[in-house]
Amino acid sequence: MARAMANEVREGRGAGPNKDYVLLDLTHLEPAVIDAKLPDITEFARTYLGVEPYTEPVPVFPTAHYAMGGIPTNIKAEVLRDNDTVVPGLYAAGECACVSVHGANRLGTNSLLDINVFGKRAGIYAVEYAKDAKFVDVPEDAIAETVKLIEHMRNATGTEKIAVIRKELQDTMDKNAQVYRTEESLNEALDKIKELRKRYEHIQVQDRGMRFNTDLLEAIELGFLLDLAEVLAFTARERRESRGGHFREDYETRDDEKFMVHSMAYKTESDIKIDWKPVTITNYPPMERKY
Amino acid sequence: MSTAVESVKEIAEVPSFQVTLFVRRFDPENDAEPKWQDFDVTVFGTDRVLDALHKIKWELDGSLTFRRSCAHGVCGSDAMRINGRNRLACKTLIKDLDITQPIYVEPIKGLKVEKDLVVDMNPFYQAYRDVKPFLIASDSPTKERIQSPEDRARFDDTTKCILCAACTTSCPVFWTDNQYFGPAAIVNAHRFIFDSRDEAAEVRLDILNDKEGVWRCRTTFNCTEACPRGIEVTKAIAEVKQAVLRGRA
Repeated sequence: MARAMANEVREGRGAGPNKDYVLLDLTHLEPAVIDAKLPDITEFARTYLGVEPYTEPVPVFPTAHYAMGGIPTNIKAEVLRDNDTVVPGLYAAGECACVSVHGANRLGTNSLLDINVFGKRAGIYAVEYAKDAKFVDVPEDAIAETVKLIEHMRNATGTEKIAVIRKELQDTMDKNAQVYRTEESLNEALDKIKELRKRYEHIQVQDRGMRFNTDLLEAIELGFLLDLAEVLAFTARERRESRGGHFREDYETRDDEKFMVHSMAYKTESDIKIDWKPVTITNYPPMERKY
Repeated sequence: MSTAVESVKEIAEVPSFQVTLFVRRFDPENDAEPKWQDFDVTVFGTDRVLDALHKIKWELDGSLTFRRSCAHGVCGSDAMRINGRNRLACKTLIKDLDITQPIYVEPIKGLKVEKDLVVDMNPFYQAYRDVKPFLIASDSPTKERIQSPEDRARFDDTTKCILCAACTTSCPVFWTDNQYFGPAAIVNAHRFIFDSRDEAAEVRLDILNDKEGVWRCRTTFNCTEACPRGIEVTKAIAEVKQAVLRGRA
């Protein structure tokens, strides 16, 4: 669906003055059906565009609204440091985590599974762990690195604006790593991220406050966004096939021989190292999705 | 499909225009009192008040502080007082305000201001927690609890609450002393009191029969007017009052 929409625009058949969206026609549905089944999306159309979905087609376009993949965990929500070694006492659940229940494409409303099932499981197993866990000696400078990062940022007097770097990052990811991907586009994204990282060292934070400093928060988050964007583009480049939400124009078919595996990304001093983790198949062997 | 496309009204390129925002600022580390600060920004016809605040924060003054997350009226983070009315900044289109006048933006009232437009939400959340906003049932089901569409419809309106606090902080009773549970907590109690699967309606009704409970509502309808989700808040409160007197119908 996303590909079909993006393709219409890419090939010049988009709607609107800038030909940059397509139209969703719901007018064949009874208003009562629309109200019952699509209350939110129709409200957005009315609030933001002044479009009445009962009688008019709605301008739409794909957007990133969920991050597939994340911190690897097992089904107890315990964080893994590699393919199977647990980090004791550390749990992750929700969109940040990757239990690998979604396969290569998280389907609609299934993000609730992450939080309802694995959020609960994380709680259960964290309690179990805490019952017998011994206190460990914490080094005296345990918080030093974090304090240093925050203080460095809080006093940053560079010339680069947070919002400008973030917008350029969004633009390159949107253009090069979203619905359609190629070796070339992903390399372009990686080059751009490298450039943005350099500029990020000269970031400017205007709020020097110690309380509720959202300027500082945005600056720190931008660093993590750069990390995540790089991991995403890097692993997407190394996965030379198409599967689920990952579509490579230069490798249009699925390649189970090589890529029926999870991508595991490791941060090294200078770069990202990629490794693979086998997929455990039980009752339901994955199959190609056909329409 | 082709007829539909031809009949669509073109969403014309909306020209940009200038607006002035007066924003209530308070820096807890340096200010004794809040003060107004004005900013001129160029916005488009499709821009919301949130976009104007972002423009200020991202281009003019990084220290401007406000909460926001989803930016389309679902998460409930950016309730604020805009031209004297509680609204979500992300659902208020600037073109719908009187743009010949400055736009006044201040924090929601009745909660302690932390910084600029950010208030301490803890008293609000505490009232919410106090009404036990979760399903209480004695059995351990082995399959899902079936509910008829009619039974589901009984509390559909109050499931829409996003806990933005626009209703509670528009309530004159809440402003007086902060002790009243407030409309949002009652809305969320309503959501479970009238849920056929729940067994703790009496417990919640008892909590809301408190002197700071439903009886402090003076039916001013501020809450209903403020709700960005269109919930009939005052009606929900009235239904809870009825249930206190006569039991859940």
